[in-house]
Amino acid sequence: MAAFGSFALIIALALAAYNLLAGAIALRLIATKQQTAVSPERLADTARRAGIAGFVAVTAAAFALVWSVFTNDFSITYILEHSNRALPGAYKFSALWSGQEGSLLLWAWLLGAYSFVLRLTHKRDVKLYAYAGVIMAAIQVFFLSVLNFAAPPFALMKGAIPEDGNGLNPLLQYPEMVIHPPMLYLGYVGFSVPFAFALGALMMRYPGEKWIKITRVWTMVTWLFLTCGIFLGMHWAYAVLGWGGYWGWDPVENASFMPWLTGTAFLHSVMMQEKKGMMKSWNVWLIFTTFLLTMLGTLLTRAGLVSSVHAFAQSSIGTWFVVFMGIVLAVCIFSYILQRSHLKSDHRVESLVSRESSFLFNNLVLLAACFVILWGTLFPIISEYVVGNKVTVGAPWYNQVAIPIGLFLLFLTGVGPLLPWRSTSLRSVRRNFILPTIALWATAIVCLIAGVRPWKDGAFDSGNFYALVAFSLSVAVFTAILSEFLRGAGVIARQTGRNYFTSMVLLVRRNTRRYGGYFIHIGVVIVVIGLAGSAFNRNVESEMALHDKMNIGPYTLEQVGASDDSNPNYNSQYALLDVSKNGKKLFQMTPEKRVYLASEQPQTMVAIHSVPGWDLYVVYEGTNPDSGQPIIKAFLNPLVGWIWAGVVLIFFGTVIALVPSQRPALQKGGQQ
Amino acid sequence: MKARGALTFWLRTLQAGALAVAICFTLGASDAGSRYNDLNHRLMCTCGCAQLLGECNHVGCPESPRELKELKAGIAAGASDKEILAAFSAKYGATVLAAPTTQGFDLVAWIAPFAVFAAALLGTILLIRRWSVGKTQAAAQTNDPATEALREKIRRETGSDGGF
Repeated sequence: MAAFGSFALIIALALAAYNLLAGAIALRLIATKQQTAVSPERLADTARRAGIAGFVAVTAAAFALVWSVFTNDFSITYILEHSNRALPGAYKFSALWSGQEGSLLLWAWLLGAYSFVLRLTHKRDVKLYAYAGVIMAAIQVFFLSVLNFAAPPFALMKGAIPEDGNGLNPLLQYPEMVIHPPMLYLGYVGFSVPFAFALGALMMRYPGEKWIKITRVWTMVTWLFLTCGIFLGMHWAYAVLGWGGYWGWDPVENASFMPWLTGTAFLHSVMMQEKKGMMKSWNVWLIFTTFLLTMLGTLLTRAGLVSSVHAFAQSSIGTWFVVFMGIVLAVCIFSYILQRSHLKSDHRVESLVSRESSFLFNNLVLLAACFVILWGTLFPIISEYVVGNKVTVGAPWYNQVAIPIGLFLLFLTGVGPLLPWRSTSLRSVRRNFILPTIALWATAIVCLIAGVRPWKDGAFDSGNFYALVAFSLSVAVFTAILSEFLRGAGVIARQTGRNYFTSMVLLVRRNTRRYGGYFIHIGVVIVVIGLAGSAFNRNVESEMALHDKMNIGPYTLEQVGASDDSNPNYNSQYALLDVSKNGKKLFQMTPEKRVYLASEQPQTMVAIHSVPGWDLYVVYEGTNPDSGQPIIKAFLNPLVGWIWAGVVLIFFGTVIALVPSQRPALQKGGQQ
Repeated sequence: MKARGALTFWLRTLQAGALAVAICFTLGASDAGSRYNDLNHRLMCTCGCAQLLGECNHVGCPESPRELKELKAGIAAGASDKEILAAFSAKYGATVLAAPTTQGFDLVAWIAPFAVFAAALLGTILLIRRWSVGKTQAAAQTNDPATEALREKIRRETGSDGGF
């Protein structure tokens, strides 16, 4: 199977290279209108077909690797290092992306799959799709070159073949790890499509904004995958790493967040281009940047440029990525300089207080946030290079720098939709903002009364201060969005005589993009409320003998048993804890610590009981070597469930925004 | 007059808000318990787990218990936050601090994000203002001579130069 896989990869590279060269020559011939023996259109079609065949070849290679994992073919180094016989089936499948070679193969396969769909639908706009197809082929040539020459997944073991493999990293043996990386990769790779269309449209001086309409669905689906991937990663970190948090500003977490920020900015600013023909250069550069950031993310994750707890696979492929990113940047700059006259805006922003300017500021803040994260991620390297002194840029720095920018972004989320296009009057501003402003101050007062005060023990408490601002702004933004829904539904209710709920459904169906977007904003608000809850996290740690008790918040935990267990994959130690409230037993929790046999690495299995107000989060930290008693750490994390609920709403809103709007039925008299 | 009154009111409200925030920031020092908690979240565990000292969750971690003990001893000895952080930095290297300091090149880490953000914000505001002024001027230039003559007549008769 190793020979089959290697051969499939070589064939795939040859086909991608043909796709790139033949496609580029055909497009050049078409652009210069040169006459040749073979018609350029036929040449371009052979290139397209080579791309489709290339996808089949990459699929064969991916299949070969998965087959080798399931058949325990330890003659392949990759399988030896990332699997073992006792590994459960689902995790054997996830071995495909647990190492560098496999994850690069997954990237190439996903890119092939996206390109396959693109090439099948090429009749929508043959020429533009041909340009995009060639650019996708160029990206594929890079990945397949890396797979063939720098990180071959089918490299064979030297010497005697061991009976069993080294096993999968224990941190990856968790259900979410079966779907989190593919989601993230679907997001990363997916941004290649709008990038290819944007660059292609720029190269061919594509008239109008149709390329944006074509790529809108791609961009939104990609953005959704990336969003889900990031949040699944957060949930995995929360449930597996056992430190009670979900986001540690780790370089690899940051690497996934940066393209999400620029991608979000792109999704907003393309609306300006679609509606007003504005920000054309800006949009092109936003998508160029987003694509480059996905590459940087892969570089950070895979090349060990910065130290990270998430960098599961590291090697020296960094140079390949740096060179590729340099080439991509040079092509982008060259194309932009050559064709920039094509990107002149049709209109300009007319007022500082308008929907257009709010989009501009929204973009500005998203990019500022991206810069902050990039700066924080790379500063240790910069500092070492400039002054020879390596420093740590951890959570305290990000909390002080990134949170204020995030809160400003939340503010704009509420303000933007309330502003009309072009310009507005003071009276209209007052009318639209009065309710959200009242909601903001009312929430602030209620929070202060409830004890969310920006000081603790006589000192300023930045966590509480940010939480107070976040809660107040969240309610204000929610009120602003709700008032938009009610205003629109009210108009429909008056026009049609239907009730408010039916009118609201009709309102959403008539403009799915706008109201789907509002649902996403409400989801973001709910996520922010959940994040702000972390300011009130509490924890307690104790060694617990049988029937020892521990109190946290309203709960009492009692140790009623501690035992060991084992199976072919791991040995485990766990504690049984009865949880009661006001003397009444509610439920039992079983925090666990595992030691995986193949890798001899430990792993925490956190016990979590989630209610809307908080999570009771219990960690089995190990046993005291002197007394043999389990050490238990319990956390009470307020509002964590809101984060996951917010993501569900973001998912729902994106799906709504993807559904085409229903056109209003013709009214009597033929008027719409 | 009404507009000026409203402006004064908003300025005073802003001033009061800024004062309240400033008071919050400058309130007195905290007790030893919260200092300990604050400081162990400003230091890293040096075992290589890449976690904050206060959040290191490894039972049997070879480093964090010793570091926490040193931190407690420093607080008990009456050392200031600055002195404790400097002692840790001298002993374990600058990477033990969870965030860059505010001295030397480290200061750039703190300044750059806000400087870039402020510059971008200012640049955007100026750009929009330039566009909106350009639009107004363009609109004014396209007025026909009759409108311009009428405008000049109004200006002459009211003695106004176009201001409020």
